Amino acid sequence: MIQALAFYLFAALVLLSGVFTITAKNPVHSVLWLILAFFNAAGLMILVGAEFIAMLLVIVYVGAVAVLFLFVVMMLDIDFATLRAGFMKNFPLGIAIALVLAAELVLGIGAERAGALKLGVPDAATAPLAGVSNTEAIGALLYTRYLFVFEASGMILLVAMIGAIVLTHRQRSGVRGQNIPRQIARRPEEATVNQSPEVGAGVKL
Amino acid sequence: MIGIEHYVIVSSILFVLGVLGIFLNRKNVIVILMAIELILLAVNLNFVAFSAFLHDLVGQVFAMFVLTVAAGEAAIGLAILVIYFRRRGSIAVDDVNHMKG
Repeated sequence: MIQALAFYLFAALVLLSGVFTITAKNPVHSVLWLILAFFNAAGLMILVGAEFIAMLLVIVYVGAVAVLFLFVVMMLDIDFATLRAGFMKNFPLGIAIALVLAAELVLGIGAERAGALKLGVPDAATAPLAGVSNTEAIGALLYTRYLFVFEASGMILLVAMIGAIVLTHRQRSGVRGQNIPRQIARRPEEATVNQSPEVGAGVKL
Repeated sequence: MIGIEHYVIVSSILFVLGVLGIFLNRKNVIVILMAIELILLAVNLNFVAFSAFLHDLVGQVFAMFVLTVAAGEAAIGLAILVIYFRRRGSIAVDDVNHMKG
């Protein structure tokens, strides 16, 4: 009972905030609605007992991705009114395509219910371990059977990080920065001279 | 009782909302990226729901990889957005074809 109630609450909120994400006038509001959608999706995941992925969703999406979005939206000085110009013009076509897509998905669910599709059987080797937490069971699977895929996903993150840095880094001209190799290569001979001038002759610099 | 159908329907609607978001905000790249995040969220919800109801953890492991790719995609997409804005002073996608050459 309480589970069904929580499901309907989370589901309604995630769909509502999804609608507001794509229709909000101000992109800052869009990001905030997106954060609400992520929180409620995490709630839906907790309801089925996948607490690790739910926490990951909150940490990665809300903590990193949404904050990155917020940062970019606020950093760029954009006139959002002109970007919304085609909103009403695209509305009928968008709704039509969305309805077709939704009808197809519902049809697929109906076909599965009617027994037309075989979804396959779950692998017994990857069933959740009995008596341990969700996090522990995922770890036991991730670091044994999916170790190399896990390493590859780490590589994807590394490439994304380097790519983002390379893309946004720029060499500004006219900025007097510190030239560390030049400083290290400097020897006393090129910086100082030892002279013994005659009296009254002065020193030539 | 809440079954797998409920979850599949919720994630289907969320997926369609994401696609609709791409259509409605054709000029605004930031909202398009957010709509893509919504789509990936719907996919993740589907993975996790099937994983839980079929007692097979692979779905949750795969959802993690989807999360990884989504994070990388957002970082690269926003980086491209920033350099595009720096060059042109706007983020209207209609002008992107000026970048060729």
